[in-house]
Amino acid sequence: MASRKEGTGSGTTSSSSNTGAGGKGKGKGGSGDSAVKQVQIDGLVVLKIIKHYQEEGQGTEHTEDDAEFDEVQYQMEMMRSLRHVNIDHLHVGWYQSTYYGSFITRALLDSQFSYQHAIEESVVLIYDPIKTAQGSLSLKAYRLTPKLMEVCKEKDFSPEALKKGSITFEHMFEEVPIVIKNSHLINVLMWELEKKSAVADKHELLSLASSNHLGKTLQLLMDRVDEMSQDILKYNTYMRNMSKQQQQKHQYQQRRQQENMQRQSRGEPPLPEEDLSKLFKPLQAPARMDSLLIAGQINTYCQNIKEFTAQNLGKLFMAQALQEYNN
Amino acid sequence: MATPAVPGSVPVATPDPAEAPAPAPDAAAASAPALAPVPAPVPAPTPAPTSSPDPAAAASAAPGQTPASAPAPAQTPAQSLVGPALPGPFPGGRVVRLHPVILASIVDSYERRNEGAARVIGTLLGTVDKHSVEVTNCFSVPHNESEDEVAVDMEFAKNMYELHKKVSPNELILGWYATGHDITEHSVLIHEYYSREAPNPIHLTVDTSLQNGRMSIKAYVSTLMGVPGRTMGVMFTPLTVKYAYYDTERIGVDLIMKTCFSPNRVIGLSSDLQQVAGSSARIQDALSTVLQYAEDVLSGKVSADNTVGRFLMSLVNQVPKIAAEDFETMLNSNINDLLMVTYLANLTQSQIALNEKLVNL
Repeated sequence: MASRKEGTGSGTTSSSSNTGAGGKGKGKGGSGDSAVKQVQIDGLVVLKIIKHYQEEGQGTEHTEDDAEFDEVQYQMEMMRSLRHVNIDHLHVGWYQSTYYGSFITRALLDSQFSYQHAIEESVVLIYDPIKTAQGSLSLKAYRLTPKLMEVCKEKDFSPEALKKGSITFEHMFEEVPIVIKNSHLINVLMWELEKKSAVADKHELLSLASSNHLGKTLQLLMDRVDEMSQDILKYNTYMRNMSKQQQQKHQYQQRRQQENMQRQSRGEPPLPEEDLSKLFKPLQAPARMDSLLIAGQINTYCQNIKEFTAQNLGKLFMAQALQEYNN
Repeated sequence: MATPAVPGSVPVATPDPAEAPAPAPDAAAASAPALAPVPAPVPAPTPAPTSSPDPAAAASAAPGQTPASAPAPAQTPAQSLVGPALPGPFPGGRVVRLHPVILASIVDSYERRNEGAARVIGTLLGTVDKHSVEVTNCFSVPHNESEDEVAVDMEFAKNMYELHKKVSPNELILGWYATGHDITEHSVLIHEYYSREAPNPIHLTVDTSLQNGRMSIKAYVSTLMGVPGRTMGVMFTPLTVKYAYYDTERIGVDLIMKTCFSPNRVIGLSSDLQQVAGSSARIQDALSTVLQYAEDVLSGKVSADNTVGRFLMSLVNQVPKIAAEDFETMLNSNINDLLMVTYLANLTQSQIALNEKLVNL
């Protein structure tokens, strides 16, 4: 069954880092009991995502009217219209673009959670335009793991709850393999296009210039690591305070007991037991979800870097072979 | 369905000939130079069908027939006599630049057509340039077509256009598309509807019935023809069609094209070194073609061409001549950089894994 995607232009931030031009979309989930084993998309979907990013990236003027853009209404109307022309209108997921691989944010988590809560098999497609421009389509599908779904449902992000769920950053998102499937007629179209259109004269994939991309990714990685270290500092302070407080409570209790014993020996009534929690305010446990997200993001960056360096090493060795032949 | 059905045999040419050309020169100042072939006021369509070959001229020379039948026979000779894909470029005509997403959408909506519908139609959106028209988006419009009547849901078309405008305000209605091989009388009618929306709309046909074994993609613009002073007929003049790609689109299309080769038309997305391998395989193919050409020239099969020779020379010289030691140094420093970065990445990953374990103690 072929499928389609429509995009809405939710307010693009005018900041230069152009993060997620978020869009809602429809696609087809693969088979699987409760898990989605594979995402099968039409070639058309890929083209539409690419086009959407391209147009959005060219940036329109932000006028006052944009504030009234009602996303939900747009979606309802669009779905209704699409139904008229027999397009699948089952909402299966959404897609988002990313800047150098930074997409694990709170916003994504929340959106994906609400989607997955409503529709069991929904996925989010992450499209990386910069990596694609470098030579190969970068499109990945993610879902939240069931464990993470439960934690989000509880809305309890304290350390104890996370420990109970035994969630590590590797178990937050699961990647689903994507396959592209085209109908026969589209294949015919592709043959036509191949005959008629000019050969691509830019083979970006084999270009050896890598420092720019590498530099930017490393910069982002460093920022994240800084955030992570701050977070760890906070957590450590919290732990230290907790243990200090425990000690204080312990001491207080001991003193109380001693006094009581003394009083008993002197024959006076013992002092009433005071509520310890009033004396020592319990400390707020820092929310752990942010640090999980940061860890997940760092992980993604590292994987991207490793992939990139592997490719570049290959290219360098090829260049060496070419040079040796020359000499 | 909002639009009334109109008997298709009603002479389509009757709406004021003044109406059609008048908007054209006035409105699109941008397309003014390119609209030279369209006769400005009513007269002399004889210079008008500039780009079409003789049959069109012959048809316009014999307009003595009633206007009703003039459009029909006038059009069909213009198309069928010329046969398969007209070679471009057409002098004086505008260039239509299509993005691949348009064609894929059209084919997709054709696959989803209602039972019994022979073809689908829809609106084309895009931007107008001085010499070319760039079509970047489209959506299909429900319509009913039978022997004698045509009904198009223009209300739906308007709504969809409004929705699209919210997302991409730069896109204008450029014209419409239809699948199918021929231009029928109904097409002329629908073209009328669309000329109310856009000045001088473009008509695009995608032949999904695969006549002649190919899916031919053609674009037309309507021009007036007939004898001045009498009722004017309408004729579709072909335009040059070019394909425009963004870089990323090019890469997307290359990937999608791979499904042509796989048995069940399914492909997965490849991973890092596989992509490099694929790219180098492509270059290898290109190189073997070039080598073949060189050998043919040497053995005298093909006559040598100086331009090609110059390109070959620049190709060979592109491998930079660097002294061996310098190259070694460069290579090694690059490799060191990459290895260091990989090491750092691995280190970071193990750090955060450790951190996770510690926190969960």
